[in-house]
Formats: sequence, structure tokens, C-alpha cells
Amino acid sequence: MAELSYRDAVAHGIAQEMRRDPSLVMLGEDVAAAGGVFKTTVGLLDEFGPERVRDTPISEQAILGAAMGASMTGIPVIAEIMFSDFFAVCFDMIANEIAKSRYMTNGQVSFPLVIRTANGGGARFGAQHSQSVENWCMMIPGLKVVAPSTPQDVVGLMAASVRDPDPVVFFEHKSLMADKAVIPDGEIVDELGTAKVVRQGTDGTVAALALMVPRALEAAERLAQEGISLEVIDVRTLVPLDTRTILDSVSKTGRFFTVEENPRLCGWGAEVVSIVDEEAFWDLDGPSIRITTPHIPLPAAASMEDLAIPSSDRIYKTVLGSVDG
Amino acid sequence: MPTDDPRYDYALRPPRLPEPVDTTLAQADIGMDTRLGMYRKLHELRQFGKRAHDLFLQNLVKGTTHLSLGMEAVATGFGAAMKPGDYTFATYRGHAHSLARGMELGPALAELCGRENGVLGGKGGSMHLTDASRGMMGSYAIIGAHLCVANGAAWSAQMRGTDQVAVAFFGDGTTNIGAFHEALNMAKIWDLPVVFVCENNLYMEYTPIDLITAVPNPAADRASAYGLEPVIVDGNDPDAVYLAARRALARARQGAGPSLVEAVTYRSGGHSRADPGKYRPEAEVAAWKERDPIPVYHDRLLSLGTPEARLSDIERDVAAAIDAATEFARNGREPGEETLLTEVYADGGSQWRN
Repeated sequence: MAELSYRDAVAHGIAQEMRRDPSLVMLGEDVAAAGGVFKTTVGLLDEFGPERVRDTPISEQAILGAAMGASMTGIPVIAEIMFSDFFAVCFDMIANEIAKSRYMTNGQVSFPLVIRTANGGGARFGAQHSQSVENWCMMIPGLKVVAPSTPQDVVGLMAASVRDPDPVVFFEHKSLMADKAVIPDGEIVDELGTAKVVRQGTDGTVAALALMVPRALEAAERLAQEGISLEVIDVRTLVPLDTRTILDSVSKTGRFFTVEENPRLCGWGAEVVSIVDEEAFWDLDGPSIRITTPHIPLPAAASMEDLAIPSSDRIYKTVLGSVDG
Repeated sequence: MPTDDPRYDYALRPPRLPEPVDTTLAQADIGMDTRLGMYRKLHELRQFGKRAHDLFLQNLVKGTTHLSLGMEAVATGFGAAMKPGDYTFATYRGHAHSLARGMELGPALAELCGRENGVLGGKGGSMHLTDASRGMMGSYAIIGAHLCVANGAAWSAQMRGTDQVAVAFFGDGTTNIGAFHEALNMAKIWDLPVVFVCENNLYMEYTPIDLITAVPNPAADRASAYGLEPVIVDGNDPDAVYLAARRALARARQGAGPSLVEAVTYRSGGHSRADPGKYRPEAEVAAWKERDPIPVYHDRLLSLGTPEARLSDIERDVAAAIDAATEFARNGREPGEETLLTEVYADGGSQWRN
């Protein structure tokens, strides 16, 4: 048993996999000697050396191209894109090349690679370094999409992502980096496509992702004092999506809420709500409600950013206003 | 629109004429088997391109096609110099490069026709020909990306300690996109065994490349920015290309890092099937037709003592193979629901939820 921060868990998870598979390599800007700008790759250069842990130029297309070409020829790769906002400068690699080449070639080539990136707001970085862009990747056939909320999930889902034969986009949340938890000794391997019920409840179901999970849990704690029993689901992976866990919960509680950090339009919750609508409509006692960031670029000022991103208070009030205890 | 202003009609610009044939290439150290192999390949690529065009006019090839007619010497010369384990990365204009690595004619043509017996089962089409079993690692239809991907394959070969080389073919237009520059820089700093081959056919789609590029030689003049030698070869002469390829591949295998080769050539047709290519001066098109790689190479082989009958046998063999491939493609089924949802993910399916 050891206490690890979320940021330490990233390096811990990568190291676990690099020890297991001597062919696994990683690359990215400032990931080696500096240990990453978020200090998520500290110690990897020392343990695995400069051949396997590589600093790159600021060349996001070249980084992902290298990952793609190496993975399709027998070398599994973890590539870091420093901020998920930078996906916009290499989205050809993500959306057109890595995601589609398997289908286009009728299965001739595979891409066992992980694209890690720092995602999400709360750090007062403004509109170009704070976005939650899971939905950019969720909409592309051929990708898998992971966004853990706890240190243990970081390690276990990192292992699952590395071992998965498909390209996985792995979102690490900037505002969770300092969160700490005790995690078990020994190898931790989780499973993609599995959501987790992180709080049991009977009056409503909240599906949340990454930073929104602790906020939903905080809201649920307050709601319990009002006599409202909220079930909280950590979605964990958007693709594959564990709809079974969500649908079972909604059928039990009769109400459904999503908490999404992304701006409103086309957030992951819209897809989940449509599935609930199609498949659990007759179990619902009221409309599904999406709690999201407004459809705006994120502002830099602390007071404004806090207003924009769903807070536990907003979750609390929204649920309180729509669920009878 | 003024009728006599070359800014409005590029066909009125002065023609850019080819260099004369380098007659000393006849004495180059290239074995006769290699030369005859290249002669066969030139014909294969030419006749395949023409057949693809014909099938398009018959509405059997749908969508679009980007042919390498007139440019076959580049893929031929490199194909002859590469080893079986080497990697090819091509563009949407990738038929020639695929066939040069040994892709079978029938499945290639069937893919263009959208048939189940196509090399990609109909899922990729003309712009994405791939045959990984032969080192043909894909045809990439968005400019620039595959240079970065070729780096990755070269990096992998370097890490695995093999002597494989990755070769990326691209057009002159690619030299103006960021990925080209990112790829060259990374290849150099990591000494990757990769060869970047610019097929400079003088036109970025419909626009003369010299009008939209800061330097006269779009690839070679950029080489020094990445610590590379500027290399320009006659892209219409398979011997010239073969020699340049042999040098660049040897460099890469010896661990001396990347090369950038600019092969100057010319499309005899338009950019894609929708383009008649009317933006080019007539005198230019005519002059390059005189430098068509096939008759020039035919004459060189005769001058080296190859009997005419040997060459015409090759042409006849290739014609028969193209006819057989056409039958193969015509007889293929149109793919349907059985494979529509397969091979999105490595489990063979497209399941994204439980």
C-alpha cells in the first residue's frame, strides 16, 4: 500500500507497463529530462533511458506520426500531447490517420498506441489551455477514450490502455493532479469499457467524468442531508461506453443527470442521454438533465472560470430542484 | 478576366522544359536483370494507369483516381532499389508505388472498382492502397501526414535493430505544409533510416509550384534547413532514380540518417480524373511528352544490346496481365453488409458500447 498523487500515478502506471514490456516506448515535449510540465513522467528517463523515453521538438504532428508509424510496425508507443487543446494542431493524425487506417485497410494494420494528454479546466489558463475535449475524440470511429478520476484508476486504466490493441486517447485532468489516494501494491490492471458506481443511491443517477466525479460525490453528500439519495457513476471510459451500468442504475432510480465539463453542444452526455431515452424511457420519472459548462470558451479569471464549470453547488441545486426526496 | 494575362491563365506562362536525357546513364553500374525488371515495371504502371482511366470512363471505377501517367520512373527506380522488408508510404497518387512493391494487379484494380476482392475489400478505394504484407504501409490522402508516419516506421526499425528503411513519396505541394518540416527535423535529430522522395511534377494540383513556393526547387532548396544534402534527380529516368535511391537507402542502412530526394517529373494527364490539365502551356506538355520515360528507356535498352523482341515480349506479357486483372476486378462482387461493420477495432468489429 502506498499513497500516490494522481500525477505520480501517471508515471507509476507508465513505469509498470514499461517494466512489463521492454519494447514499449514513450515520447513527447519535455517528457524525459524535465519529467513533464505537469510532472507526470518524473523518473521514467532515469529508469528506462533516453532510447525509450524521448524528448521531442514542438511538433505535434511528428509526435503522433512517429507513434503511429512505430506502433504499426511492432513497437507499442505512449505519446504525450502536452495540453489536449493542442489536439487541434494534430487532429489530422488523430481523426484521419490513426483512427481510420485500420478500417480503410480492412484490418491490415493495427495501432497499439496511447495518446496521453492534460485535459480540463480549473487552472486559470484561459480558453486555449483549459478545454475538455473528450467529445472531439468520442465522435471519431476507431478511437477509444479514457478519462480517469482517481490515482488508482489512472494506474489501472493506463495499463488497460497500453495493453489494448487499439489507439486509446487517455485524458489526465489538470485539476486532479494533486489528489492523493492509497493504492494497492503490485500490478494494477483495470478494464476499458467499465463504468463504476462510486456511490449507491435510490432517487436519481448522476453520470460524471474526471473532475466532475468528486464534485458529483460532494453534491450527493449534501443531498443526502436533504433526504435525497443520489447514485453516482464514474463513466471512466467514453469508448467503449458501459451503457449497461448506466441503464441499470437509471432503471432503479428513475431520474438521470449528466455532469459534463465540456461546453454544452455535443458533449458526451448528449449521447448518453439519447441512449437512456431510447432504452430506459419508461423507467424515467422525469426528464434527463445535463449539467454542463455553458456554450462559451473558458474565461481565465478565477471567478469566471468557477462560474462556468459545473460546481458541486450547481449539481446540488440542480438535482435538489428536480428530484422529490 | 483578361484573355492574355498569365496571372489569370497559367497556360500562357513560359513553358518549363525538361533537362535533356543524361546519355552517360547507359554506362551506369546497373545489372541488365535490374534494368529489364524496371522496364517491365514501367509498363505495368503505365498500362495499369491507362486501364484505370478506361474503367473510369466505363463507370466501373467510381469516385476519383489520381494517376501517375508520365511519372512512373520514380516509383519504378525506388521499387527496384528497395529490399523486401523496407516500408513504402505513398499519397493518394499511390497506385504506382503500390505496384512497385509487388501489390497484385487484380486486387489493386478490384479495389479501384469497389469490389469485395479488392486489396482492401472495397473499404479504402483508389486513394488508400495498402499491402502491409509487402511493406506497402499505406496511401495517405491528406497532404503531409505520412511523412511523419514514415518517421515512426523508421524509428521502429532503428529500435528493433533491423536494416529496414522507410521511404515516403509525396508531391511538390507537400513541401509547403507544416508536417513536411516537422518530419524532416525529427528525422534528422534522430538520424532515422528514412528517405523522403519529392515527386516534383511542377504543379500543385492546378497551380504552378514555383508561383506559390519561396524557392525554385521546392524540396532540394529546403534540405539545408535540416542539415541534409540537396539532391535533384531526373525523375523521368529510371536509371537516374535507381542510382539516387541506392545511395539514399545505403546511407540509411549504414545509420547515416535521412535523405531528401527531389525527382523532377511531369504528369502527362491532369491532377485527378476531373482535371483535363488545361492550365499548362502546350509547348511544355509537348516537350515533356518527348521525355516520356518509357520510349527513352526502350531506346537505352536497345542501345545496350537488348533484342527488340525481348522488350516486346515484356510489353505483351504485361498487357495480358492487365487484361487478366481487369477480368478479376469485373468478376468481383460488390461488398455488402457482411463487412460494412468489421475492422474498426482490433477485435474485428465496430462495437463501441455494451
